[in-house]
Amino acid sequence: MHGRPRKAYKPEEEAASASKAVKLRSLQTQFMSNHHHKIYTKEAIDLSTKLLEINPEAYTAWNYRKLAVEDTLSGEESNQDLVKSILDEELKVVESALRQNFKSYGAWHHRKWVLSKGHSSVGNELRLLDKFQSLDSRNFHAWNYRRFVVELTNRSKEDELKYTEDMISKDFSNYSAWHNRSVLLSSFLARKAEGFMPNEKIPEEYKLVHDAIFTDEDDQSGWFYHLWLLDQTVNVETPLLTSSWPSHARCLNDSSSSKLTTFCSESGSFPLILYFDQAVGGVSSSSVAVDSELRGNEDLVWEPVSNKNSQVASVWVARLNYMSSEPCFPKEYKVKVRIGNSPGIVSSRGCNFSTPYEFVFTAHVHDTVREDSQEVIVSWTDGFDIWDAQSKDLNFLVNLDQQMGLKWRQVAIEEEIELFRALSDSKIGKLTLARLLMAKAMISESGVKGVHYEEILELYSDLMVLDSSHYRYYKDEHSVALLHKVTSSTASLSRHLFQYRDMNNSICLRLNNLSLSRIASVEKLLFVQMLDLSHNELHSTEGLEAMQLLSCLNLSHNRIRSFSALDSLRHLKQLRVLDVSHNNIGEHSVDTTRYLCSSPLSNSEWTEDEVGRQMPSLVTKYWDAYFVLRELNLKQLDILGNVIAGDEFSSFVPQVVPKLVWLDGQKLRS
Amino acid sequence: MSDLLPYPPLDPTTYDLIIVGTGVPSSILAAGASSSGSSVLHLDPNPFYGSHFASLSLPDLTSFLNSNSLSPPPSNTHDFLSVDLVNRSLYSSVEISTFEPETLEQHSRTFNIDLCGPRAVFCADESINLMLKSGSNSYVEFKSVDASFVGDSSGELRNVPDSRGAIFKDKGLTLLEKNQLMKFFKLVQTHLASSSTEHDETAVKVMSEEDMESPFVEFLSKMRLPQKIKSIILYGIAMLDHDQDNTEETCEHVLKTKEGIDRLALYITSISRFSNAHGALMYPMYGQGELPQAFCRRAAVKGCVYVLRMPVTALLLDKASVRLASGQEIFSQKLVMDPCVNIGLESLSSLTDQQKETLRVLVPKETSSKEKIARGICIIRGSVKAEISNALVVFPPKSLFPEQLTAVRVLQLGSGLAVCPPDMHALYLSTVCGDDNQGKTAVLSAISTLIRPQVPEDLQTDSIAENDTAVTKPVVIWRALYVQELVKGEFGGEISSTSSPDGNLNYNEIVESAMKLYEQLMGNKELFKEETENTAEEDDGDGVEIED
Repeated sequence: MHGRPRKAYKPEEEAASASKAVKLRSLQTQFMSNHHHKIYTKEAIDLSTKLLEINPEAYTAWNYRKLAVEDTLSGEESNQDLVKSILDEELKVVESALRQNFKSYGAWHHRKWVLSKGHSSVGNELRLLDKFQSLDSRNFHAWNYRRFVVELTNRSKEDELKYTEDMISKDFSNYSAWHNRSVLLSSFLARKAEGFMPNEKIPEEYKLVHDAIFTDEDDQSGWFYHLWLLDQTVNVETPLLTSSWPSHARCLNDSSSSKLTTFCSESGSFPLILYFDQAVGGVSSSSVAVDSELRGNEDLVWEPVSNKNSQVASVWVARLNYMSSEPCFPKEYKVKVRIGNSPGIVSSRGCNFSTPYEFVFTAHVHDTVREDSQEVIVSWTDGFDIWDAQSKDLNFLVNLDQQMGLKWRQVAIEEEIELFRALSDSKIGKLTLARLLMAKAMISESGVKGVHYEEILELYSDLMVLDSSHYRYYKDEHSVALLHKVTSSTASLSRHLFQYRDMNNSICLRLNNLSLSRIASVEKLLFVQMLDLSHNELHSTEGLEAMQLLSCLNLSHNRIRSFSALDSLRHLKQLRVLDVSHNNIGEHSVDTTRYLCSSPLSNSEWTEDEVGRQMPSLVTKYWDAYFVLRELNLKQLDILGNVIAGDEFSSFVPQVVPKLVWLDGQKLRS
Repeated sequence: MSDLLPYPPLDPTTYDLIIVGTGVPSSILAAGASSSGSSVLHLDPNPFYGSHFASLSLPDLTSFLNSNSLSPPPSNTHDFLSVDLVNRSLYSSVEISTFEPETLEQHSRTFNIDLCGPRAVFCADESINLMLKSGSNSYVEFKSVDASFVGDSSGELRNVPDSRGAIFKDKGLTLLEKNQLMKFFKLVQTHLASSSTEHDETAVKVMSEEDMESPFVEFLSKMRLPQKIKSIILYGIAMLDHDQDNTEETCEHVLKTKEGIDRLALYITSISRFSNAHGALMYPMYGQGELPQAFCRRAAVKGCVYVLRMPVTALLLDKASVRLASGQEIFSQKLVMDPCVNIGLESLSSLTDQQKETLRVLVPKETSSKEKIARGICIIRGSVKAEISNALVVFPPKSLFPEQLTAVRVLQLGSGLAVCPPDMHALYLSTVCGDDNQGKTAVLSAISTLIRPQVPEDLQTDSIAENDTAVTKPVVIWRALYVQELVKGEFGGEISSTSSPDGNLNYNEIVESAMKLYEQLMGNKELFKEETENTAEEDDGDGVEIED
């Protein structure tokens, strides 16, 4: 129970507990012997009862009783009276155990087990729960069990919802009650039950939680519920397509007039990227129809871009071939992509993609005679010119407009913002205001001005100072907000776009020196081929995997501590130039925040390939570098200024990346 | 009192202390002195316990209010050392109206109406501490006052949000007001917690010395509390009488922050004192008259001798004795008189200056205090707030009409407290006032906002049709209005006096002055000290134990 100080034991109490322990031990020994010899006599069962009354935590004893019940009842299922009396006895034992220790997992579980046999009165359970819950209204075991019992009865969810309301009005610090309320409401809202339309019910819930938060802003329960409500307000259950590359009505061209849409490929294919607002599965040639004049694309293979080997991802990519049609003269091909007309795309929560969407673009295929760029080193220090972008080059950055009942959401968020400005003295008040303002930015119709990014950034900056123990979190959120701000309008984005003289005037997005700790807004940056993220505070490249066109990436002067933090780069098939100089790679062989990535323990193939056979000791030593680098077709790598860098590593890298031309500014082959 | 029954003579005839009047302070003195081993004779001229603190039936109450300056028959023996005493009435402008005599007749035995209402006790009051300490708590049962409200001339009653839960549930406050009010409560709580551990040097001083000496109302403004909340705190929680906003006029009544915080502390500790009480206030079953009776019973257990219907007619100065109405003379060095007893004018003229000094507490004075208390009692059918029986309503200064100088407090009590028949409520009102008219105007104004006036039968239908909201208001069956004089108790050596009921909701000031008087009379002995120390040893005694 809450708020009750523990008392120190007096000597006589200690003596009593010692003698109790002796008794308990002998009981335990006898019980274990019964258990091992599968003795289920009445005496043996009574012994376990005694044991459990003293120590409800004796999990083995609960399991023994389950076996004993099964044993006694085997062949007696038809004898209803016997079954009932035996199960009632079990309930009695559990009840007295719970009186001893209300938080015994084993006891609660045993009760569930007995109840699920279906012979006991469920009404009794609710009465018992009411008794327990009036003693300790916040105990989560009781609430858990309550949900279980309610599932078994035909007690209406509305009654349960009312119950949470009553408990909250008794004591609004009852986190368990708020939690149960969110669980119940989730199911009502998902079913869109009568009286529970999200656009009506959620604003009502905001009113309820306001009373709690404003009465006592130091109490966490209300804030948690508010966060849940905000999530319900912003997130639409059904998955949506956020962006794509190419986007609608684009011309893929390699003429210099439209730099952003020109794409050079060595492989004779270009990627088609779909970016969803949440992880989805089931993207395939049957759920996404691609009609094009380009031949050889009848059975497109859609691949999830995900760090885990799952079939669920928010980014999906397919490669459209154009070389197979073999024309040596310029030609235009129209491509039409239709999603959602046939079912198949399902979110990880089980919701179907239900908003059909289609887009059309034109691909101009040129057979460009390229100067052999292989030998040219990409320098990140000079050669950048301000790019005088024309608005027509950039207006495709506008989001896909998908109306999903945004109006009430916008109104609700707007009201919340107004209200919570009053509480922005406290840390949690600042954080909530920042979250609300971000939510407003996310659900504003594209092009809507007046999203207060400056205010969000300022709030997170304040929080970093005020609450240093959560500095990293605020820093990440600050970075997310900053990137939202940069990508929010064509004007702000174009300030970061430069022309790179040496590579056929490619366009480079320079997000350097912004003290970013996290990457975000990637869905708006799918077009980027050259990206400068140097002089930031990045720990990982997570998020970059969606940028399938990326060929040059500068990550120098960041906080990357290992190659496993670069794991997401393995998805970037076009990446040729990578600068990770002046990081902390090698400081720790495994980035502890990313412990789920590939490791030698989970993989055995590495010893079997050629490099592994030739130099097993180096592969073992640099296994994380090996795993990332061998999947990249790099021509240029900069690794200087890291712990890992040195003669040994420099000799290792060309073995793993045979096509590498430049390593740390040195040409490898003449 | 004309038909005095023949009294058996009292035995013994000498006591350590004689107390006249069985009001709350007198009863506390009697119980305290008896407990500490003194022999005490406790007399009351009335046929009931409680004097001005009694709870009575309607006819008894009416006759008590109307009993004007009853002088006992002058003593025949004009002994020059004998000083005649007269009973003076504390009440003026008494006005009693009965609207439904038949209804009252029907239920004549079911009323227990307080003379000193509206009165309730805070759970953490000193009076409750004294009851627990003395053991007199076992004779009284308390029930919680369910709700408290702040009202105004519109008749709308707003909840007093006095706890975290109440603020959460309150519908009348804006979110920001909830936030400010709770912040203020937390500040007070932090202050109280830090001042209880004041030896700890590291404890943060939440409120500065300067703040503590400043007017409470200014401190509330400094905390940026809006007017509405300030008014709730000042009059609905701290229970102040005088307008705190017009500080120039009523300078003497301005409450300092220190005192304000003490009052809030009392309220806050009251809410959490007893687990089975659900509010700060409670009320004794069968009326406030139960309290003095409980102390008297305690005193009787400890050996105090009680005689009711026994006025003291004269003081015999040279013998250190009093003459009772029965004619018997009783001896004691110390005498404590009821506040309504004075020296007869006839005797006064013949006294020497030195004698006047000895008798100074009994010498009639030019009204010692300018302040009086206007009280009102209404027996009503229905309730001032639907579904609530026992409730306190406060009308802050100026809330009823612009000239309203002091707060009017209203206490409604139901049949659950055994003070009136079912379906009816006893409604008590009071306000501190400078003169009778002013006080009665304020009380009447509060009555008319809460209660539907009785209208002649033939006009009734019209008025209902006119005003639908009036239908929900309760109807008055019986009404009393009176103004009570405020008399402070005094220590006068051999002869002292106790206080009359005051204008407060609780007994704190009365108890405080009784405790002080006890110390002076008994020579700094702590009141009921013996009880707390010896309960463990004398468990064979009278079977009364202190219950918590």
